[in-house]
Amino acid sequence: MKQFSGQVLFLDRSDINTDEIIPARYLTENTREALQPFLLEDLTLEGFNPATDLHGKSVIITRTNFGCGSSREHAPWALETNGIHLVIAESFARIFKQNMFNCGMMAIELPEETLNEIFSTYAGTKTHLITEFDKKRFILKNENRTHTRSFSLSGFNLALVMAGGWVEYADMHY
Amino acid sequence: MGRTVAEKIFDAHRVSNPFDDIHVLRLDAVFCHEITTPIAINDLISRGKDRVFNPSKLKVVIDHVTPAKDAKTALQGKILREWARRHRIRDFFDIGRNGVCHALFPEKGFVRPGYTIIMGDSHTCTHGAFGAFAAGVGTTDLEVGILKGVCAFHEPHSIKIIITGNLPEGVYAKDVILSVIGCIGVNGATNKIIEFAGPVIDALSMEGRMTICNMAVEAGATCGICCPDSTTVSYLWEFIKDDYGSPDEALDDFSKILPDEDADYEDILYHDVSALEPQVTFGYKPDQITAARNLMGTCVDQVYIGSCTNGRMEDLRIAAQVLRGQRINDKVRGIVSPATPKIFQQALEEGILQTFLDAGFCVTNPTCGACLGMSNGVLAEGEVCASTTNRNFNGRMGKGGMVHLMSPATAAATALAGHIAPWIP
Ligand code: SF4
Repeated sequence: MKQFSGQVLFLDRSDINTDEIIPARYLTENTREALQPFLLEDLTLEGFNPATDLHGKSVIITRTNFGCGSSREHAPWALETNGIHLVIAESFARIFKQNMFNCGMMAIELPEETLNEIFSTYAGTKTHLITEFDKKRFILKNENRTHTRSFSLSGFNLALVMAGGWVEYADMHY
Repeated sequence: MGRTVAEKIFDAHRVSNPFDDIHVLRLDAVFCHEITTPIAINDLISRGKDRVFNPSKLKVVIDHVTPAKDAKTALQGKILREWARRHRIRDFFDIGRNGVCHALFPEKGFVRPGYTIIMGDSHTCTHGAFGAFAAGVGTTDLEVGILKGVCAFHEPHSIKIIITGNLPEGVYAKDVILSVIGCIGVNGATNKIIEFAGPVIDALSMEGRMTICNMAVEAGATCGICCPDSTTVSYLWEFIKDDYGSPDEALDDFSKILPDEDADYEDILYHDVSALEPQVTFGYKPDQITAARNLMGTCVDQVYIGSCTNGRMEDLRIAAQVLRGQRINDKVRGIVSPATPKIFQQALEEGILQTFLDAGFCVTNPTCGACLGMSNGVLAEGEVCASTTNRNFNGRMGKGGMVHLMSPATAAATALAGHIAPWIP
């Protein structure tokens, strides 16, 4: 199973598409690792600088419809090669979400009010998130505050995360 | 409750049903090309799982950029070639024998009614023309298909589209599917399976049915399916004659997957084509459709006839019929790509390539080429292309280019006129 805890990168925007996550000009690469330097290179978000802001981050928290646009699996891979295995949003594009679980990563939906609260409390601060997988909950922490929020997973997605993705799951079961 | 074609195929291939709404199916074939497969191969290698479930069920082609245009595309070809050799995949098609995957594989007899097929390519839905369940998938699904011969799918919800009426002269399968997408929209069948039926479909050749199913994905569908009938059997007969005593016996066997009378569809739509005119797209979405005569003022820089939608023999014959004895407009660059070597050869024998050459067309080798804006006819910024392909997305045939989708007849008439124009037979 992958690692789902670490420092949080807040992306306070909706509809971040797969072209922003990994631009189409890198699709001719033949390995996942080759995508590593280009994650979020074209993201339109004021004040965001991929060269400095991605450093040390393991979790993304964002708004609605994350991963919309082209269904390229390069988007989760670009996250994976940067050590980001967990994205939390109000909603995801369907194929992006399934691609995440297929890769053994997590795309978790939380309600709007919860996200509003998280953004107002933690965005802009150095925030650490711990995933307690057995208890299906996240613990968010910064210098001053701690919050615990529970999440849910479908049976199939849970099995994929536990196995480390669909390739590993299928190789075990079929 | 009765069952649809897809439900019957699912029932015949289900390996397990590990969770509600997840059906793991056994695959009859996994198709591969050089754009999406190399990264799957490299990932399997890095996981220590460089294996294939059954080399005889893998069908592999280099088709998107061939001959390679630069070092990167050459490397993609090389990875695929070496992998096919390493695993003794016999059905591997390289330069000289290669063609556009969705035209080549049916022609080789690799598709059968009732089959389950995946490929890392969105137009895999084309093979539904044979009554197969064929779906485009992502890389992880492709890896699992290669490794284990299975794929997981959600519940197969189907809609039925019944095409009625009589196709007017000069109006073809491409016009039918464009008008259907225009009606239901680019999300009209998202994650659903479209069963195409009715007298117009029954009267189409396999080539016409492939044109229709090819574009099911442009309405969001996972797969388009036409029911197998005597047309399907005659197309396949040379490949199946050892398995069946007679064509009737084959048809009888294939009838197992026909939908039940009381099958459960999410929707049943009737689409009458008796008054249909030649259709073209405008804008950047395949559901932005209008009659070709409404865009007569639109000048074009390039006309492209080819692709998995309309690069087959029937398409070339129709275009040649329009062009015969005439020269295309001086301002137009005409490019035709016969979709497979067999089609190329036959077009040569029938004098069709001569007709294209006489008209001023450039004839290329079989390849996807210009269709996805990677080679053999990329558009410059601000250029306009009349194309028989299936996608008019922004930048599809070259950054800043505009693509108008249409039938081969309309494309040929447009090449002659220099602006979009329907063919008046
Ligand atoms: S011809 Fe075009 S649409 Fe068809 S497989 Fe090739 S690139 Fe894709």
